[in-house]
Amino acid sequence: MSRTVLDKLRQRFEASIIETHDFRGDETATIRREALLEVVTWLKERNDLELDMLTDMTAVDYLEQGNDPRFQVVYHLYSVSKSHRVRIKVPVPQDDPVVDSLCQLYKIANWLEREIWDMYGIRFKGHPNLKRILLYEEFVGHPLRKDYPKERRQPLIRRPEPEIAQVLARRGKARPLPTATE
Amino acid sequence: MGLEFATGRLADAVNWARKFSLFQYPFVTACCGMEYMALWGPRYDVARFGAEFPRFSPRQADMLMVVGTVTERQGPVLKRIYEQITEPKWVISFGVCASSGGFYQNYATMPGIDHVIPVDVYIPGCPPRPEAVLDALIMLQEKIQGGRGWSQRQYWLERERERLGLGGEISGSGQRSAT
Amino acid sequence: MTTTHDGETQDLTLVNMGPSHPAMHGTIHLKLQLAGERIEHAEVNIGYLHRGFEKEAEAHCWQQIFPYTDRLNYVSPMLNNVGYAMAVEKLLGVTAPERAQYIRVIVGEIARISDHLTYMAAQTMEMGAFTPYFYVMKGRDWLWDLLEEISGARLTHSYVRIGGVAWDMPEGFKDRALALLPRIDQIVVELDKLMTRNRIFLDRMQDIAVVSAEDAVSYGWTGPCLRGSGVAYDVRKAHPYLIYDRMDFEIPIGTDGDNMDRYMVRMEEMRQSMRIISQALEQIPPGPILIDDKLVVLPKKAATYNTIEEMINHFKLVIDGIRPPRGEVYSYSEAGNGELGFYLVSDGTGRPVKCRVRPPCFMGMAAVEHMITGHMVADVIPTFDTINMIGGECDR
Repeated sequence: MSRTVLDKLRQRFEASIIETHDFRGDETATIRREALLEVVTWLKERNDLELDMLTDMTAVDYLEQGNDPRFQVVYHLYSVSKSHRVRIKVPVPQDDPVVDSLCQLYKIANWLEREIWDMYGIRFKGHPNLKRILLYEEFVGHPLRKDYPKERRQPLIRRPEPEIAQVLARRGKARPLPTATE
Repeated sequence: MGLEFATGRLADAVNWARKFSLFQYPFVTACCGMEYMALWGPRYDVARFGAEFPRFSPRQADMLMVVGTVTERQGPVLKRIYEQITEPKWVISFGVCASSGGFYQNYATMPGIDHVIPVDVYIPGCPPRPEAVLDALIMLQEKIQGGRGWSQRQYWLERERERLGLGGEISGSGQRSAT
Repeated sequence: MTTTHDGETQDLTLVNMGPSHPAMHGTIHLKLQLAGERIEHAEVNIGYLHRGFEKEAEAHCWQQIFPYTDRLNYVSPMLNNVGYAMAVEKLLGVTAPERAQYIRVIVGEIARISDHLTYMAAQTMEMGAFTPYFYVMKGRDWLWDLLEEISGARLTHSYVRIGGVAWDMPEGFKDRALALLPRIDQIVVELDKLMTRNRIFLDRMQDIAVVSAEDAVSYGWTGPCLRGSGVAYDVRKAHPYLIYDRMDFEIPIGTDGDNMDRYMVRMEEMRQSMRIISQALEQIPPGPILIDDKLVVLPKKAATYNTIEEMINHFKLVIDGIRPPRGEVYSYSEAGNGELGFYLVSDGTGRPVKCRVRPPCFMGMAAVEHMITGHMVADVIPTFDTINMIGGECDR
């Protein structure tokens, strides 16, 4: 697969690119955080690239691999007219997890960034409404981080009726009500 | 013989009427909803058991059918809807996610709805075949006939306790689950 | 609740729709602020079915994730299975054998017809027309009988494997499938006759919730919703995968971007899917259905029980999992709602570092606030239906 997008990107933004690859044909460029908004605006508006659809946006936590910076925010851009794709990755450190928001460029970035905030705790500068989308506001923590245990529930409600618990205890089937730390 | 016989027969008749006219509130969340839709369709016709038309308001329903995974976020909603249904009411936990959490054992899902509301019949399966659901419906109907549903038992046992002037032990058979 | 509207203060009524929605669409919470019947402001809350797919995927081996993918878009589970298998195969750098690719296309298209039929049932029933629902259930049960023959389960099949499919088509499957297609077509014709020129249906669907092509692309829409807005993007034609390049079919495109167009696109897509199925059934070659790679595919049971090498191979694959090379891929296919993408990151072990699903109906839901503002409450239901939000996919 020809590396049209990567070649043009490298010509224009040589200083901001950390590395590129096309493993299994997916053109990928890792760029610096500060250059994100400029690069994506250029990719969207340049006539011969026209990457007008933000197909997907997500983040990856490399805690177990020991990468520094710990997170990477990954953008998949697609051009409906030209049918080419590129993946842009932005490394984000743990102690300052902030990235520029793309809400002005792509309308879907609003919800996708809320999801990344919900799951990973990465903030987006300039987002109009950065609150949780998949989990409830009372939830503490960011569950897709590798240091959040999978089975730690934070229940909103449990059955308070003592009668039922008494009945079960009498039948020898007592079951302690789960606490928030389980 | 006498009053107890008459009230016993009356209770039987009332339960007979209840079991054949269940108005379900389908609390549909996930994939089991697809089997629920098939259940309502012409092949596995649930109307022939009397549980014909889903009532989409909890005030008009008497059976809460929790279909699919209930997440922790959905818990207060489920509780509120259960409380809004008037007595006597029965709960069927449709699918293994509603019964025990299924294979989603993580931060988001409630490990079974019986952590929030009392359940009368559990239907395992992911999703359960419609025949299993019909089996469970018949099982629930037997339970209703015997007056052994959670909300029915409470009612009759409170009456018994009043009558005997005691704060008696609640006894009764355990709950069976559908296969 | 008061706010200014065109310079005047108005009392707005807050109405909640959901989160226990009386439609079989799952759990969505709409907070509507109404001025009379018209919606001035809408807020959409999703996430009531968030079941932690990604966290579960990170705790399981690559091949153990198939049941979780089944329950993403649970009206067309085969398409999710196929999409995930293709993603892992891309990561591994292998291709499934030809017969397996044909079978994947056949079951995938049967699932797509089932998805669109369910959409028809929900759409029409929620607008008050109950008859199409029963016709659809009849047809869908026939389709599920076919899928049950081939995979063993009516709904959540887990039939596709990394490197092919689990079992071959049973005897007579081809004849039964070919005999069923005209009966499904008959149901589609009946639905068409009942709904498409129905005055009430047209009043509720035409020119409601118009979404322009630029907005649709900016919202990341794909699939029937995007095609209803006039953009001719279908992954099967733009980036053919499996054996779609050998199939002769068309993709229907809408013109106005209203509810009616999205409905018509899905109606026509069912017919095209039936064409694909009959062509694939004619063309399917004999051959193996799993690749012959012992690092990817479980060995045959007879060998597992009798030879020590095969048993150890089986053990390692089940306990440690398949080990793809380090790297990341994004693989995409056309699911019932649009481009279903899987972004997988591997560090060489048997469990993924990241298994992201790109859910097509999440993008659809993001646009709902914009689509229903300015319309009446009664327009919310048809609009929301045309997005075909499936809770398992939107919230994962």
